[in-house]
Amino acid sequence: MSKADVCAVILWIGVTLYAIFGGADFGAGVWDLLAGSGERADRVREQIDRSIGAVWEANHVWLIFVLVVLWTAFSTAFAAIMTTLYIPLALAALGIVLRGSGFAFRHALPGRLQPPATRVFGAASVLTPFFMGTVVGAIASGDVPAGGDGDPTGSWTGFLPLVTGALFVLVAAYTAAVFLVRDSGAVGNRELRAYFERRALVAAVIAGVAAVVGVIALHADARYVYDGLTSWPGIALVIISGVCGLAALGLLVSGRNYGLRVAAVGAGAAVIWGYFAAVFPYILPTSLTISGAAGASATLTEVIIVFGVAAVTVIPSLALLYFLSQRQALESYSATSDVTSPRQ
Amino acid sequence: MPNLVPLLADSSSNLLAARNQMGFTLGFHIVLASFGVAFPAMMLIAEWRGRKRNDEAALRLARNWSKAVAVLFAVGAVTGTVLSFEFGLLWPRFMDRFGDAFGIAFAIEGIFFFLEAIFIAIYIYGWDRLSPRAHMWAAVPIVISGVGGAFSVIAANAWMNQPQGFTLDSSGNVTDVKPLDVLFTNATGYEFFHMLLAAYMVTGFILASIYAVGMLRGRRDAYHRAGLLIPLTVAAIATPIQLFVGDTAARAVADDQPSKFAGMECIYHGGPDQTEYLGGRCVDGKVKGGIGIPGLDSFLVGFSKNTDVTGLNQIPANEQPPALTMLHLSFDTMVGVGTLLFLLAVWFAIAWWRGRDLPATRWFLRAVAVSGVAAVVALESGWIVTEVGRQPWIVYKVMRTSEAVTPAQGIWWVFAFTMLLYIGLFTTAALILRALARRWREGRPQDGELPYSPPAGEPASEGST
Repeated sequence: MSKADVCAVILWIGVTLYAIFGGADFGAGVWDLLAGSGERADRVREQIDRSIGAVWEANHVWLIFVLVVLWTAFSTAFAAIMTTLYIPLALAALGIVLRGSGFAFRHALPGRLQPPATRVFGAASVLTPFFMGTVVGAIASGDVPAGGDGDPTGSWTGFLPLVTGALFVLVAAYTAAVFLVRDSGAVGNRELRAYFERRALVAAVIAGVAAVVGVIALHADARYVYDGLTSWPGIALVIISGVCGLAALGLLVSGRNYGLRVAAVGAGAAVIWGYFAAVFPYILPTSLTISGAAGASATLTEVIIVFGVAAVTVIPSLALLYFLSQRQALESYSATSDVTSPRQ
Repeated sequence: MPNLVPLLADSSSNLLAARNQMGFTLGFHIVLASFGVAFPAMMLIAEWRGRKRNDEAALRLARNWSKAVAVLFAVGAVTGTVLSFEFGLLWPRFMDRFGDAFGIAFAIEGIFFFLEAIFIAIYIYGWDRLSPRAHMWAAVPIVISGVGGAFSVIAANAWMNQPQGFTLDSSGNVTDVKPLDVLFTNATGYEFFHMLLAAYMVTGFILASIYAVGMLRGRRDAYHRAGLLIPLTVAAIATPIQLFVGDTAARAVADDQPSKFAGMECIYHGGPDQTEYLGGRCVDGKVKGGIGIPGLDSFLVGFSKNTDVTGLNQIPANEQPPALTMLHLSFDTMVGVGTLLFLLAVWFAIAWWRGRDLPATRWFLRAVAVSGVAAVVALESGWIVTEVGRQPWIVYKVMRTSEAVTPAQGIWWVFAFTMLLYIGLFTTAALILRALARRWREGRPQDGELPYSPPAGEPASEGST
């Protein structure tokens, strides 16, 4: 494995973590948007806040990580993507601004301004993963030339990019629903657990259908990726993904929490790595290879060292945050004016 | 501004649009980033003081400030993300060629940003659930990450000003990179300390000004007093050091980037015995309307009237910075405001040394009340000096900004839209902070407490505790 390959793996670890954890935060926004109004909707939104409140900001940093590793280690690919797909990328950036501020602002705003902020949060949570999906779909379909300046509109508005965009939203919503099933189950809220369980099942079925459509689109528009996913080692990961997906479905139907998240996350992660295996050794199939896009050797070494440092500093810190968050050690903070008697 | 005309004529309007877009979004982000760097330190000082001296007001401040930190960090994180996209969307040729040098500092910054985001969440959500000691320790990584993050970003900017640590092949691509040389250029040291101190000054003076306004309106309780004293003390310590660092930086720029120095001091004709102009417009090869002090500029650069200073006449026309009047006035504004803030710090220090108290006059509170806006003006001016002063280069003397810009069309529209969006964002954030402050004052902090927390007033979740 060359240094460039190691950097590609590091990049892909970041992509995976962003897609799953960042994706789940967007997915929670999808459910927030679809919650409607009324007393139950308030409780749904409350659970969503409780689940993602403490972690969404940290999860978002994976996107920064991905961008920085991409432009540092593979600057040619970064420039090619940016000069071709600037429209969906700019729209995704807009979505990120609106999602983040909408979520951060919605409770702090005066009462009558809360509903609009909530809707902005929800709508941006749909648009952002959709446009990111079109970017990935355009890359997969080979419409990003190595030298950049590809077709700024045609590249991401084809069948495959649009299906990929929809698939991203659906998978995000599915992952989020599974996380919310677990979180509402963990605090013993049966009603909400059932609420999210139904939605997880619906999302799973629709996402499954979309995945089949996606395979057809891959076959038509991205033959290289399709061939990679249907031959070793890609096929193995696709099978793992299918097994995990069915297991998650089974756990959902039987009302069990244990292993649910692992199965759902496994289904997503296996597809993401299946794609990696399918397009290897390309970073932009089939116009630019990993080694062709790689930057200076010393820079690649630096990226690997930095990732090593991150692995011993950031990962344990993240683990601590998730641990405290899951143990309910960090939630429901509401200051009283009298700090000497914290509530509860 | 006559210097703007050739700029418009020479290059496509795309360049100006992209520079405006980058400048506007960066100018917005730099204020939020300053808060991200320095606000957690103030919060930690307040909590530490509150716990150590059993100071209820200071502890309440720390708690309330942590919510403001949350709002500002959330907005800063998204505006920072926008910048990451913009590097590629606006300057793809630059990223393509220099991503593997420029990115080195940002890779390190990623770690600090991560740690800051994680520990801010632990700190804010852990107020009632962590032990006091654990809670204070959770703030330490935030403060360190703020400093480390500032260092990384400034190291990248310093590299653009003093590029080194790489070799170019015949087609202009980076081949051999020396990461440590990229990180530690001549400019890294002075730029970093200058920006770090600026972040502490901006945050300190803005916070102090908020409580000064409150005290002027008659709210002279322990809470407002601590809210003024803690940030003002930090800012007052930073300011004199900043004067020294800024002076060193200006001298270093005269050596490292003569074109920037000639632009910001409006030196048309190089040579010894240069006049220092305070204010004035730079037109037709001379300074009009400023106050000239003969020989002072040479003295400031080399401690002698005979110091030779490079003038614009020694720099090829196509390598001179644009918008000279703006550059010159920005520099003077930064120095002028910085000096006034220094006088304010001295006033505060003398009063404190004599009577362990704030100066009694309301004029002091009035001065503190305007110091926050003044510090932001100085920050933006200084940033204009370093960025506009580097033009026409994106990588000083290696790559022109015009070579880096995207050919994509429609940036003016994006710029107009971004301005509206950011103004909306800024207004909303300001409204929220005001509303929070009012709630704290009225002692009803229960409703809609934290910007992204479970709605307050709920039972502390079903089943737990």
